[in-house]
Amino acid sequence: MEQYRLNPHKGLEFGIYTLGDHLPDPNTGERISTQARIHQIIEYAKLAEQAGLDFFSVGESHQDYFATQAHSVVLAAIAQATRKIKIASSSTIISTSDPVRVYEDFATIDLISGGRAEIVAGRASRIGLFELLGYDVRDYEELFEEKFELLLQINEQEIVNWSGEYRAPLRNAKVLPRPQGGSMPIWRAVGGSPASAIKAGMAGVPMFMAHLGGPVSVFKQTIDAYRQAARQAGHDPAQLPVATAGFFYAADTSQQALQELYPYINEGMKKTNGQGFSKQLFAQGIDTRSIMNIGSPQQIIEKILYQHEMFGHQRYIAQIDFGGMPFDKLQRNIELIGTEILPAIRKYTAKP
Amino acid sequence: MNIVLLSGSIVGSKTRTAMNEAMQVLADKYPDVTATMIDLAEYDVQFSDGRNYLEYPGDTGYVTSAIMSADALMIGTPVFQASIPATLKNIFDLLPQNALLDKVVSMIVTAGSPKHFLMPEQQLKPILAYMKAHIVQTYVFIEEKDFMRKQIVNDDVKFRIERLVEDTVTLTETHAQIRETKEAAYDF
Repeated sequence: MEQYRLNPHKGLEFGIYTLGDHLPDPNTGERISTQARIHQIIEYAKLAEQAGLDFFSVGESHQDYFATQAHSVVLAAIAQATRKIKIASSSTIISTSDPVRVYEDFATIDLISGGRAEIVAGRASRIGLFELLGYDVRDYEELFEEKFELLLQINEQEIVNWSGEYRAPLRNAKVLPRPQGGSMPIWRAVGGSPASAIKAGMAGVPMFMAHLGGPVSVFKQTIDAYRQAARQAGHDPAQLPVATAGFFYAADTSQQALQELYPYINEGMKKTNGQGFSKQLFAQGIDTRSIMNIGSPQQIIEKILYQHEMFGHQRYIAQIDFGGMPFDKLQRNIELIGTEILPAIRKYTAKP
Repeated sequence: MNIVLLSGSIVGSKTRTAMNEAMQVLADKYPDVTATMIDLAEYDVQFSDGRNYLEYPGDTGYVTSAIMSADALMIGTPVFQASIPATLKNIFDLLPQNALLDKVVSMIVTAGSPKHFLMPEQQLKPILAYMKAHIVQTYVFIEEKDFMRKQIVNDDVKFRIERLVEDTVTLTETHAQIRETKEAAYDF
């Protein structure tokens, strides 16, 4: 785990992620300016650091209602504004970028931050960016696989010899600067499905698994498939970290949490995906067996510990700010994580 | 209540004629209902390429968004090669998996022969069920002989369309009430 800058003895890491969405607050109908949203994300990262959280990440989305298309630039600002917290993308769409440039950017962020940067590379859940950035969506799978392999190769070798279909060949190319310690953690972003997890396992790369809703037991199958694929390909699953990422909201009671969160998820998904979130499904989110971490701080502690028991994962990452959630609510959540949830999680998951 | 009438073929006139009849019943009997006719013959709809429906420009974006914002959908379809036409299947392919969740969907089927009576049961209903529609179980099946020069000439067909429209509106109202009660009970 050392090469991924993880210390299992410290227990489950706790992080925050934002997709960088920029949506009106459904309760007021108002949307802050793009500039204000970007600054809010930087403040959010500082807040997470002050509360003792381990990790903060920002996503790349090229479509309406998003503000962090240039997510690496926002991460660079966060690198400068923070001192301890790990920072990453969630995720970088490697398919539609040049891996050399992505590596240069993130290695630089790693140097600015003093060795805190990581890359989470994904395939994009929406495909509008292929047209915007000049790629053919029919190459969706191959673009990702080829460029992700190159990204991993650049991370492992300072001098790269490489040729492929979607980028000019590299001959004794030096990709600079190098991150602190020579390499940095690179994760593969995986949706809930086992097919993508199996690819991550076969490649022997850490898996960053995002999830919307559903039972923990179903996502356990995805994680099991990942580890099995890794083992079959000759990698040691015990050396491969797993992170899970999804909706989180803490309030005094689970009912209050549902009441406060629902409009943000439902209206936000309507605007970004074209369909709301069914109340019936959402109501099941507070069940201990559900992967959504919604409820009172005590219920959330129980949920996360249950997930840890099932998954044996190394990092949990909470998404709280979706859908135009006002900053005071984010502050309140970070405070509850820092004062109640995180100490309990560390106490029960740390190995002496 | 917002009902979209989707005439699913770009070939021929029988399906559109039947859909016009349903539209007329809606206008006469349910003036509060907002009804929109979408005849695929009048739109240039592209094949599904996997993107989110919000990302399609032009006619494709218009048609998919209109369907997604409807409370109920009345689908008119002919029978092509013992199934629905590709134009109609393409509409389903353009939409998200559970696009018909909380929507009532009814069917009017036109065919050249009574041998196709079970086509909707075998070909159309499974798609609607997969997409989570509340299906109006009874459909109106109309044969070639019921049409003459773009008019319906069988009064029984007119009565059946009248009843189908009534069932569509009643079920849409009922499901809306059930949903309202159920959602209020969640208290969030």
